[in-house]
Amino acid sequence: MDFNYTDTQDMLRDTLARFLADTYDFEARKKMIASDAGRDPGVWQALATELGILSAPFSEEQGGLGGGAIENMIMMEELGKVIAIEPYLQTVVIGGGALKAAGGALADAVIPEIIAGNVIIGFAYAEPQGRYDLANLTTTAKKDGAGYVLNGHKGVVYAAPWATHLLVSARTGGGQRDRGGVDLFLIDANLPGITRRDYPTVDGFRASEVYFENVSIPADAHLAGGIDLLEKIVDEATMAVCGEACGVTRKLHEGTLDYAKQRQQFGQPIGRFQVLQHRMADIFLEAEQIMSMTLMGTLKLDLPAAERKAAVSLAKAKVSRSAKFVGQNAIQTHGGIGITQELAIGHYFKRATMIEGQFGSADWHLDRFEQLTYPKA
Amino acid sequence: MNLEFSPEEIAFRDEVRTFIAENYPAELRGKQDEGDELSKEDFLSWHRVLHKKGWVAPAWPVEYGGTGWTATQRYIWSEETARADCIRLMPFGLTMVGPVIYTFGTPEQKAKFLPRILSGEDWWCQGYSEPGSGSDLASLRTRAVRDGDHYVVNGQKTWTTMAQHADWGFFLVRTDPDAKQQEGISFLLIDMKTPGVTVRPIITLGGEHEVNEVWLEDVRVPAENRVYEENKGWTCAKFLLAHERTGIAGVAASKRGVEKIKTIAMSESDGDRPLLANPFFRRKVAELEMDLTALEFTELRTLAGEAQGKGPGPESSLLKIKGSEIQQRITELALEAAGHYGAPYFRGFGEGDNEHPIGPDFAHRTAPVYFNTRKTTIYGGSNEIQRNIIAKMVLGL
Repeated sequence: MDFNYTDTQDMLRDTLARFLADTYDFEARKKMIASDAGRDPGVWQALATELGILSAPFSEEQGGLGGGAIENMIMMEELGKVIAIEPYLQTVVIGGGALKAAGGALADAVIPEIIAGNVIIGFAYAEPQGRYDLANLTTTAKKDGAGYVLNGHKGVVYAAPWATHLLVSARTGGGQRDRGGVDLFLIDANLPGITRRDYPTVDGFRASEVYFENVSIPADAHLAGGIDLLEKIVDEATMAVCGEACGVTRKLHEGTLDYAKQRQQFGQPIGRFQVLQHRMADIFLEAEQIMSMTLMGTLKLDLPAAERKAAVSLAKAKVSRSAKFVGQNAIQTHGGIGITQELAIGHYFKRATMIEGQFGSADWHLDRFEQLTYPKA
Repeated sequence: MNLEFSPEEIAFRDEVRTFIAENYPAELRGKQDEGDELSKEDFLSWHRVLHKKGWVAPAWPVEYGGTGWTATQRYIWSEETARADCIRLMPFGLTMVGPVIYTFGTPEQKAKFLPRILSGEDWWCQGYSEPGSGSDLASLRTRAVRDGDHYVVNGQKTWTTMAQHADWGFFLVRTDPDAKQQEGISFLLIDMKTPGVTVRPIITLGGEHEVNEVWLEDVRVPAENRVYEENKGWTCAKFLLAHERTGIAGVAASKRGVEKIKTIAMSESDGDRPLLANPFFRRKVAELEMDLTALEFTELRTLAGEAQGKGPGPESSLLKIKGSEIQQRITELALEAAGHYGAPYFRGFGEGDNEHPIGPDFAHRTAPVYFNTRKTTIYGGSNEIQRNIIAKMVLGL
């Protein structure tokens, strides 16, 4: 057993942390969000070329640094510490992860472009009626000559307004909730027949409703692997989001602790009051457990599917609950100032809140865990 | 002891129901459902309708414009207005400074201010909190120095709700810096148009402009606008805080909120069933109903006690704690019900954005409302302070 990071992993973290400290303070982030594009493309380009770290989770044959899920966790944790609005999760973890797993000519062509920073991928998997069930799909990809024709509506596709590509889940067969007949396609985001309605999200990102109307896609856009591949990459994405939660809740914890030490009421720092000391202790406990569960789930991503899913679900359920606790109590301890846009703390709280439900709420994941591991009645 | 309404009370309920159905402003219908921000005119339109009918301040003594309703009638009133999803009236005049003025004010103050509170002519705001004085309100530092028949006020207030619309504000100011904290404070009514008063917006997490900073620079306030004795303002403040805490339970509105959650959860799908059939979600809704019913009957007991002449005491802290927690849980469930569609951010209608929001109608304000509602356990004396009050005043610890 070994919970130590390798030197290379430490270096990756330090490189990213130093870069973000210079480029991603609260004011800079605010400016990016307020801009027309909602981001600063220069940051992404710098991550790719100047730092060369978008290659972290790819194999050396693919032009990467030979890392994997741990590297993604490290990246997401550091990005979480500055509540970055960079499409790393969507592009590298999810898009890159799908390509890595599926392999083939498409992977060989696109992965180098991801590493170079030329590609941004939006993950178009959710549908209005589907909640967290990945197989509940009405979007269809019908065989049409050599290729497919795509029709449907995907909801809340983070990073879609910036995307060069979309990773789309669609039905090639089966009924609306069947596991069979679910397939993944990586397509050009600007194909004829694709329309978007773009909007900001409450946590500072940009996203879109994406509509497909008789979109012709080539046969080689198809990624082999079906629902199993979809579930695998979503589990990887879920653990990456847990990694982000480590960074976000660490900052909520630290910011609140600082505030409790500095804010004076009744002639003393509020951190002297026992009721707040216990709360600070509880925030710390929950933040630590988020870290523990993130490591647990991340280290089990390569287990067989049933064990992987059970571990990821237990991890995400705990992370969802703890992120809520940490976020709510950080705000309560700050009082009114925590509810304003002025302090960073409120923005961390917003991201922590959206993490709770991302890729499944605590209830959903506890249910999946029970279904997978407890005897049927 | 029984829970039945008398025939007279049922007749009253029907009268109220009919009145609301016939008189609630059409342009306000559904606005609460959307969780949209309300304009000054929105608030005033319903206020004026109630004033015309004589029902705008049911809790006031009849001599000052109250309705003379029994506690049960007032309960019916709040039930019915919530049931019809009527917007809440701004409390700053009607339930805060109004009762202070009719309890502690001079005949001239009563004559000048009370009718304009009732009519809605004056919009009031509350100048209590300061940047350095939140939970520790009595440490406030805004200074008022007597100069002939005026006070000259200097200082800064914060979290002043809806001050951007206010004609008048009631302020706690320090008139004796040498006295013990609570003993050097006075209660002043300040015309917000007085030179030296500056209101600056504070934007909250959901993007709302609800609260403000109020800066006071050499503001000259006639001494006749001081309520009660100089340096006795804390008495008014305590009286007002206890009043604020009972209203803050918001039972009727929360009942409506729970019903909305159920409606939403019946229309949202969760695989092959409605979300309300999801055992985990429905259990959380049921637990909410359980706690809300416990709160409701605690409030009814308090109201019954008040009807027998017991003023709202420190027990009202209980109503504030449980009421505010329940309000927050309702917003949590709404956000959870929205699923993916909690994420899109729209400022809503009435701000020049007439595009239809993304996702189901209820969803687009769930996250902002959830963020914003974190305030309920902070304002009106934070829940930590409320627990201190119970520990000290009720339990004698």
